[in-house]
Amino acid sequence: MGKKQYERPIINKQYSGFMNKFGNATVSQPKTEIENIPVKDLVAQYGSPLFVMSERVMRENQRNVARIFRTRYPKVQFAWSYKTNYMNAVCSVFHQEGSWAEVVSEFEYDRARRLGVQGEHIIFNGPDKSTEGLERAIREKAKIHIDHYDELYELIEITERLGLTAQVAIRVNYDVGVYPKWDRFGFNYENGEAREALKRIVVNKKLKLVGLHSHIGTYMMSPEPYRIAMTKMVALANWLKSQHHVHLEYLDAGGGLPSHNTLKGQYLQAEEALPALDQYADAITGPLFELESYGDSMPTLILESGRALIDNAGFLISTISALKRLSDGKRAYIIDAGINLLFTSFWYKHKLVPAQATGVIKENASVFGPLCMNIDCIHEDISLPAMKKGEHVVLFNVGAYTMTQWMQFITLRPSVVMIMEKGGVEVIRKGESLDYVMQLEQTPDSLKKFSLV
Amino acid sequence: MGKQKISSSLALSENGFLFLPTTGETFTVNEMGKLILKYLQEGKDQQSIVDAITEEYDVEAEDLQRDYLDFMGQLKQFQLVVEG
Ligand SMILES: Cc1ncc(COP(=O)(O)O)c(C=O)c1O
Repeated sequence: MGKKQYERPIINKQYSGFMNKFGNATVSQPKTEIENIPVKDLVAQYGSPLFVMSERVMRENQRNVARIFRTRYPKVQFAWSYKTNYMNAVCSVFHQEGSWAEVVSEFEYDRARRLGVQGEHIIFNGPDKSTEGLERAIREKAKIHIDHYDELYELIEITERLGLTAQVAIRVNYDVGVYPKWDRFGFNYENGEAREALKRIVVNKKLKLVGLHSHIGTYMMSPEPYRIAMTKMVALANWLKSQHHVHLEYLDAGGGLPSHNTLKGQYLQAEEALPALDQYADAITGPLFELESYGDSMPTLILESGRALIDNAGFLISTISALKRLSDGKRAYIIDAGINLLFTSFWYKHKLVPAQATGVIKENASVFGPLCMNIDCIHEDISLPAMKKGEHVVLFNVGAYTMTQWMQFITLRPSVVMIMEKGGVEVIRKGESLDYVMQLEQTPDSLKKFSLV
Repeated sequence: MGKQKISSSLALSENGFLFLPTTGETFTVNEMGKLILKYLQEGKDQQSIVDAITEEYDVEAEDLQRDYLDFMGQLKQFQLVVEG
């Protein structure tokens, strides 16, 4: 006769009179498979920790958001925000879906070019563009989004010197009722700076003003700031049209649409707390219908959405290295993925579930990463069923700002695989090796020898 | 290790609720927690508890021992057992 299945003993103290803030009653489904591939098999083949991207989910997100916007305003162009995740395979998925590239550094610009994106399909944002970077962008007809006056003056100088015309827009920042204000990027609307900058551009023959840009923030929890921003952007466009006869090719609303990650300090799950993307689309497209004298050639609406298109396409598989008790008796898990891989866990409570079947009774626990550093905490308080050393967990919504902001700190960065839409798994970035990390280092001869006793 | 004695007034219900009348505190336990508490109430010692459970459940004695000690630590933390 087979023996009964064992689960280690758990005891929880009940705190009556308080709402159970850890939601002990909810049963979280284990995530045993990602896109029908067993987590166990992925770990066996590619190691742990392991980032897993779903091609299908990325494409679905892109098509879904495109549909939501295009049913409201016909001319919509997406530009993939490279900083969100600039792995080649990932960028290619979005380029195959028709997205341009939105870059904020020469490093990202070069990546896009090397991948085969033409300059005219690159939006070059950012406050720190070098002379060489600007020259290249001018030559390649990239859309240069000017951040400040020094960049404007430099563009005037370079275009004179090269005898070339630059395709430009300015980034505009506004008071949209969100604090802290994002006024360190671009030219301010309320104090008249944006209009002053635009006046200088429109009188210059070598600067072709093709658009206006704004990016009001990231993970915007309400659509209203977009309505305010776009209303002001449209007012600027109408002013350019009536006063300076400028017909803009596009208005760029930036990114910032939220993903379904739950913020720290947010009580409700993101899915319940956030407005639907339709409401954001209404707020962004609504003001465009106030554009005057554009006739049949309305400007294109550009969107630089990042996290909303990719967060839920990324999973991080991790292995439980050890179980401990903290001094107050609280359960603690140590897993092999920490803040070195999840920079985002400083502000997100990443959903974390077991990768194998468990019992239903949960206990309150902390989840720590592998770094010998106090800050390496993935979850301070999370309710988890009993798991043991060697078992796996899956972290959700890790597609955005992880594989670009991860740190080579204390340990190596792991492999990233993509589960392909047509089946099969591909490694899109190999796990790092000690040789890879050390190849740039040089040790002075005098430091090459030592003897320890 | 000294013998562990479970608080005599502890009331354990069938569905895993635990009530300590002296302090008014309540606890919940899972299946295995309930079983161990029941054995403790019956006055079983560690070895016979481990034997009984490994007999019935799919678990190595070594793993169970580790979980058992961890569980006892929890009971102590909640002042549900006293060194006897
Ligand atoms: C200029 C610009 N565009 C787009 C994005 C993408 O933002 P998100 O991922 O919030 O959509 C960012 C990121 O902060 C950005 O700085």
